[in-house]
Amino acid sequence: MGCRLDVTLEGDKVVSVEGQACKRGLAYAQDEITDPRRVVTTTVRVVNGRHPLLPVYTERSFPKHQIFPLLQELRRVTVMAPVRAGQVILANALGTGINVLASRDMPLREEPCVS
Amino acid sequence: MLKTLSYDVVVIGGGPGGLAAAIAARERGAERVCIIERAEELGGILQQCIHNGFGLEVLGTDLPGPAYAQHFINQVYQAGVQALLDTMVLEVTPQRVLYATNARDGILEIKAGAVVFSMGCRERTRGALAIPGTRPAGVYTAGTAQRLVNIEGYMPGRRFVILGSGDIGMIMARRLTLEGAQVERVLEIMPYLSGLKRNYVQCLQDFGIPLQLSHTVREIKGNKRVEAVVAVAVDERWQPIPGSEEVIPCDTLLLSVGLIPENELSRRLGIAMDPVTGGPIVDEGMGTSLPGFFAAGNVVHVYDLVDWVTMAGEVAGRSAAAYALGMAPASVYRLRVVAGDNVRYVVPHLFHPESLAQGPQQLQLRVREPIEEKVQVILEADGVEIWRKTERYVRPGEMVTVKLMPDLYDRLQPASTLTVSVRKPR
Repeated sequence: MGCRLDVTLEGDKVVSVEGQACKRGLAYAQDEITDPRRVVTTTVRVVNGRHPLLPVYTERSFPKHQIFPLLQELRRVTVMAPVRAGQVILANALGTGINVLASRDMPLREEPCVS
Repeated sequence: MLKTLSYDVVVIGGGPGGLAAAIAARERGAERVCIIERAEELGGILQQCIHNGFGLEVLGTDLPGPAYAQHFINQVYQAGVQALLDTMVLEVTPQRVLYATNARDGILEIKAGAVVFSMGCRERTRGALAIPGTRPAGVYTAGTAQRLVNIEGYMPGRRFVILGSGDIGMIMARRLTLEGAQVERVLEIMPYLSGLKRNYVQCLQDFGIPLQLSHTVREIKGNKRVEAVVAVAVDERWQPIPGSEEVIPCDTLLLSVGLIPENELSRRLGIAMDPVTGGPIVDEGMGTSLPGFFAAGNVVHVYDLVDWVTMAGEVAGRSAAAYALGMAPASVYRLRVVAGDNVRYVVPHLFHPESLAQGPQQLQLRVREPIEEKVQVILEADGVEIWRKTERYVRPGEMVTVKLMPDLYDRLQPASTLTVSVRKPR
């Protein structure tokens, strides 16, 4: 699982990539050099939910250098239960066009257990 | 009075293994399927695994743990599976009567046509490691810290040292850093990484967190609270090298030193266990030594990816339903799968060659030692080679899958052992 990639650069330009087992490796290597990105996952405060925190995630990978500013922004967010998985928690985060979504349903606290 | 319930298939544990087993049991034709889950909601450990990387194989997308769980939870309810939440199974009899308890009903007696164990695993603790030193507050397993941070909303500390390069420890190194903590060091006693390489890159390298291989914690220091750990280098026999001690100031030590399949119920039933995996001996249908009892997921052996847990759960659920419906294949003959050169364990342990009539079957193994170059995975039936493939590298932390194609039936049917070995090419 996973590939060890050897990338040859001329300045910022990728000249060659070796070691990838599929085409995705090429794009990944290019991005890692010029525009590294990561999916960001964290939690935000939720009120009246089954739990005090709601897990959230960026719907696409996010610019690496903007991860900590994104987390700062999310610390200011409070969501009201109930929440549905996939609900947009923060739209167009930091102007990137990337939404932050709820990872799960978060029902109101003390909803009856289904049985 | 004891409340009595009756189901065709009862699944113990509502994590990814149990969810998949329950859905598969319904699809296979079992009418009454019930998941018994000790937590107040389904999803198991996935609810605290808020990071992504789940579903790449089974769903074709990259999801956080709770989202992966939500997909299968929705399917479970749509399929008409019942769920007994906040309910703990205390005992199971060989006749498949379960005794469980919850606050609503007191004690429940549940009769099952077939039982699937999917209790997952627990973490190895400080006591099991016998780390010397004082006993201050601030020593947690990585999974406990994960629950505190991601579900309860507490920071367990501010300055961390992590013992063990298991995936949970690396994931928490990143999580804690994102929440403003300082992760000083990750120490790993083996000379190689315990978890996935991708976690090393995305959790440690990305944040400049140093990893020291062949190191361990010699002592914990602190009065009421952890104040420091004494890290030390070790030799090839894991003995501390005198003079290599380093005092690392910190307020919290996280332990990520191994997962142990949770088999209290299985052991009490006298089910045959594999001492290497810590889980039951199973066949290709995830059946155990006791008829009518099946096992799915980390309760059998610890998987690298949840996707594979889901696939194992599907196999167990189908088998359990077939058994409950009186349609289990009546086969006595099976061959023993043996761990050969450089293989620490193989699952399943027993194999019925006729299962190949349903399609390709799967073996999963872990190697003893890493080999960072091309190796051959070789299958031998009673000592005669019948198949081989190449792997680019092998690591103990990355399970190897062997697909048994139906055309191997003729070579397997007359054999009594199937040995799997990993060797460097000659």
